[in-house]
Amino acid sequence: MARTAVSGRLIWRAATIAEARWESPTARTLVLDVPDWPGHLPGQHVDVRLTAEDGYSAQRSYSIASAWPEPGGKVELTVQRLDDGEVSPYLTDTVQAGDQIELRGPVGGWFVWREKSTAPVVLLGGGSGVVPLMAMVRARAIAGSKQPFRLIYSVRTPEDVLYADELRRRVRDDAGLDVHYVYTRKTPDNWPSAPKRIDVAAVNTYGWPPDFTPDCFVCGPTTFVETAADILVALGHDPRRIRTERFGGTS
Amino acid sequence: MTQPGHRGPMLDGNSMAGDLREIFAVDVTAARYMCAGCTHTDAVATLMVWHQSPGLVARCPNCDDVVIRVVRAPDRVYLDLRGSVRLEVPLEGS
Amino acid sequence: MGIISRGFGGRRRESVPGLPPGQYLTHDFPVLSAGPTPRVPLDRWRFTVTTETGDRTSWNWTEFQALPAEDVTVDIHCVTKWSKLGSTWRGVSLDTLLAGVESAADYTMVHSFGGYTTNVPMEDLLDGKAWVAYKFDGEDLEPEHGGPARLLIPHLYFWKSAKWVNGIQLMPEDEPGFWEAAGYHMYGDPWREQRYQGD
Repeated sequence: MARTAVSGRLIWRAATIAEARWESPTARTLVLDVPDWPGHLPGQHVDVRLTAEDGYSAQRSYSIASAWPEPGGKVELTVQRLDDGEVSPYLTDTVQAGDQIELRGPVGGWFVWREKSTAPVVLLGGGSGVVPLMAMVRARAIAGSKQPFRLIYSVRTPEDVLYADELRRRVRDDAGLDVHYVYTRKTPDNWPSAPKRIDVAAVNTYGWPPDFTPDCFVCGPTTFVETAADILVALGHDPRRIRTERFGGTS
Repeated sequence: MTQPGHRGPMLDGNSMAGDLREIFAVDVTAARYMCAGCTHTDAVATLMVWHQSPGLVARCPNCDDVVIRVVRAPDRVYLDLRGSVRLEVPLEGS
Repeated sequence: MGIISRGFGGRRRESVPGLPPGQYLTHDFPVLSAGPTPRVPLDRWRFTVTTETGDRTSWNWTEFQALPAEDVTVDIHCVTKWSKLGSTWRGVSLDTLLAGVESAADYTMVHSFGGYTTNVPMEDLLDGKAWVAYKFDGEDLEPEHGGPARLLIPHLYFWKSAKWVNGIQLMPEDEPGFWEAAGYHMYGDPWREQRYQGD
């Protein structure tokens, strides 16, 4: 599987929207039928190309949310709408089952979790940066992996949480998976702290100590990624074990 | 001569994976570059990438020098690697 | 061309008569950047013309501001396919800046704070075709758009209008600048759609 996912030149291929579901008021998951999908590693992304009737086209990258293998052979992307965007509002609000988009991927062989890795894992996600981390959580379950995972998920409000029900279920059912939320604008009722940004205390308490030499994956907007990676380094984590991916700037 | 610059809209080397995989049979973002300016070395995925631009401009996070430029014409891709003195490409499965 | 995505329109764009081939009209002013935006304090700003023999003529900000300036209204065309019509600028003509410079050079390399370069033939800088501009739309030019001062050379694709300009090197032979070395056209005439090398 790993080989097919990372070797061979890539071309654009047509993908058909099989279904779509809302994950939050502003984020939607597209379930795609992609003929001859070669499989992918959790953390990889695809490039999406949209072409208008007059030939104008726009291209963006989106992380793959689903793990592989998937029983139906489907590939899932979760797209966060950016209101002044050009591509994301189309993917969240306009596209319907049966419509086609072009896809190039899977791509990216660096920001990936491999099931043969034996290290514990810390996942730090900001906003829709949780998407590739969710693919890792799902892949861990499919692989029956025993490596403990800790996800720290920074999100503006409880309503913005992606995959809320599934994460609740997995924390209950997937042994060795912990999830901690950091709310930056509004917390749930009775939350023990006021809204705040990710900080040393959260990463220290809800991540793994550096002595465990965990693999750390950080994904989100640039400011989140830089803050979170700095915190990990300050806590003593080996920079070579910290992998980052920045979102944002595209729309 | 100048004060530290504002970075503006920027991504990282992960975002170049698709454009590079249209050219190469291996994933170049997992390769390690050595910056021609400061000899810093790290994964291509960690480069800072300016994409709201006539091409992709990937700069070294250690010294801001340009390491890779990718320009896409309709029927061609130009890849300028003069800012990297070396690429170390891992071979999957070996 | 790829498959059509039903209902996808893309960013609002107008194809109006009179634009160079392949261009769309825009009413805003997109910011393109290939690196960090330099913040150049005016007391550190300097613009230098260097001839092929190494002679240098330079102006600090105060001296530059004392030069005669012109107000111009021009159309600009970005190689990423947007065009903006009727943009208003204030700047110093290159005719003024090069007037006292002794040179037989046919080519120039334009240099910027931050390291950007672009090549322009000497004759395209002269005869009222190019300015070092420091106001846009009546306001001081913002750093995102190239302030304190940028080259303005509207008859070529806008990558030639170097932001944060700080000097011009005069050269006997043509050499590629930042984008030209990476595949863009050496000259860049939008009316002949000279986007890439070989166009």
